[in-house]
Amino acid sequence: MESGRQYQVDLGNLMAYNSFHSFPSLPSSREELVKTCLQEGSKLVQAIADGVFNLPSAEDPDGPLVKLPPPSTKLPREKPLPKPKPPTKWEKFAEKKGIKKRKKDKVVWDEQTGTWKRRYGYDRVNDDKDVPIIEAKMSDEPGEDPFAKRLDDKKKRVEKQDKNRLQNLKQAAKVGALPSHVKLAATALPITGTQVPSKKFTKDELGNVAGIVATSTASGGKFDKKLPGEKPAKKQGKHRKFLPVVEGSGTGSQEKEQMDKVLNKLISKHSHEILNVDKAINMYNVKKEKKTKYRKNHEAKSSSTSSKLRPKKNINKKTAKKGSASSKKGKAL
Amino acid sequence: MLKIKTPKNARVKRALEKRAPKLVETGKKTLILQGTKTSSTLNAVLTEIYHLKKGGAVRFTRKNDNIRPFESGGETSLEFFSLKTDCSLFVYGSHSKKRPDNLVIGRTYDHHIYDLVEVGVENFKSMDSFTYDKKLAPRVGSKPFIAFIGEGFESVDQLKHLKEVLLDLFRGEVVENLNLAGVDRAYVCTALSSNRVLLTHCALRLKKSGTLVPRMELVEVGPSMDLVVRRHRLPNEGLRKEAMKTAKDQPKKKVKNVSKDAIEGKIGKIYIPDQKIGEMALPNKAKGVKRERREAKQKIADERTSKKQKEDAE
Repeated sequence: MESGRQYQVDLGNLMAYNSFHSFPSLPSSREELVKTCLQEGSKLVQAIADGVFNLPSAEDPDGPLVKLPPPSTKLPREKPLPKPKPPTKWEKFAEKKGIKKRKKDKVVWDEQTGTWKRRYGYDRVNDDKDVPIIEAKMSDEPGEDPFAKRLDDKKKRVEKQDKNRLQNLKQAAKVGALPSHVKLAATALPITGTQVPSKKFTKDELGNVAGIVATSTASGGKFDKKLPGEKPAKKQGKHRKFLPVVEGSGTGSQEKEQMDKVLNKLISKHSHEILNVDKAINMYNVKKEKKTKYRKNHEAKSSSTSSKLRPKKNINKKTAKKGSASSKKGKAL
Repeated sequence: MLKIKTPKNARVKRALEKRAPKLVETGKKTLILQGTKTSSTLNAVLTEIYHLKKGGAVRFTRKNDNIRPFESGGETSLEFFSLKTDCSLFVYGSHSKKRPDNLVIGRTYDHHIYDLVEVGVENFKSMDSFTYDKKLAPRVGSKPFIAFIGEGFESVDQLKHLKEVLLDLFRGEVVENLNLAGVDRAYVCTALSSNRVLLTHCALRLKKSGTLVPRMELVEVGPSMDLVVRRHRLPNEGLRKEAMKTAKDQPKKKVKNVSKDAIEGKIGKIYIPDQKIGEMALPNKAKGVKRERREAKQKIADERTSKKQKEDAE
């Protein structure tokens, strides 16, 4: 117990130091020396263990867990302390004006489709593709495509944001507080002259080709002899996946959904073909022509045939046509 | 013009974030390498240090002809390696007539050399030369006990420096929670004279003592060696001050799904995923299914018989 007090124990590093021991004369043999060292060492280790095993412990299936105090021996860091990120231009402005961040919902009610949709990203609300009509305003310039303008505006906004972001990152880089995953790199210099950088095949491309070759036998590469150390081909055939038969509680029938999707796609793709205007006009014209022709023929033959035969249109038509055709032939001959 | 370059996938981003400066640092990694000429003892020393540090060490096995840590201009290559491998401790072995079995242990700060200690290795005994009960063999990556013995570590300048470096080299990661079942190794460093230190690696045998604290017994498992201090270079004062900075306030870990309410107190949210009944595989031989089929058959058979009976009656 007496000796325990004179050791310096650092529980955070599990380190103990005996600053009083010294060899008056080194023992003659190596074994003796090591033995005395180990004896002294075990005393120190015991001192550490006294500290550690007396700490309050929590039971764990792997063994008792002990919470260690922070180390008292100070050792240097390996990297400088991270610097705080300087505020962006907007953050400065917002602070000056007292603008506070508000939380927005991730999903928004879409009135056009009557569903909840994401605010941003895939399948988002008010997507350019989904806006069929843009109402005219007094400020609209005549002869301008509002849809194209919408796209253009969006592009400009994105460009502006990119510019702002770069500016803010430059400011952060000046202080040395660039986020660890961001690098500011000089854009590539233009290649002078007619030199074109030679194209190299990437590992992925080669792998893809090798995979296709390996599976292009009759058996799909199943019975091919493998070289020692050869890995299985990367491109394997497609596996059929079957949809569940029973409906789930949350999502509804997946099969139905899938079919709906396909049908919707088909219909939307061919929606302009459902009423083929050209064809319709053609048909209309042809019918009109026929009618006029028929009328002409009818008028010509009405003198010979009685009006009583009118209901038998078809017979008349045929005979009329045949007659005309034969007459034409006759003329040609 | 500048371009913003960000990693293309999350794996790279994670790797970069791992290397970035942190408020509270995780363990330092050690780079173990050698110069143009080494001796067999030195090779053994380097590999055994690598084995001791496994999990937190990188071993280079090729010759390096332009590393001379103490000379100006001889550290560029070393600093580059430190940057590439993200190691901030290094052990460099070299062997020459002037300094046989030479070991340079050093640390880096921000991938520049921070301090250096040069020691000669003598009386080296490898792990293989020790015989002991293999059940006691320390496990890879366990947190060691470290014991320093001798007043030299306080009074002599170079030994004081060596003590700090050895502690940094062997202590491993700073942990908050220690599993007492995993306590199985100790390093014992004894100052024999003003420039000589005996370093041994021991396993711990925990014996019952009747109290809460078990009786510790040291079993030497090697390696063991004498380190004779040759040259050393302390960090300059400004750099030391900067490197010793610590974060004032520890970053708080965000606790998810736990909120506090004035009336109800602590509230936890539990999310239960949707039961995917549709994807559940039905066993083919379910008894229920069988019974249904059987009953259906029975029904058909019953109807037939009843129809026949009717026909017969007519």
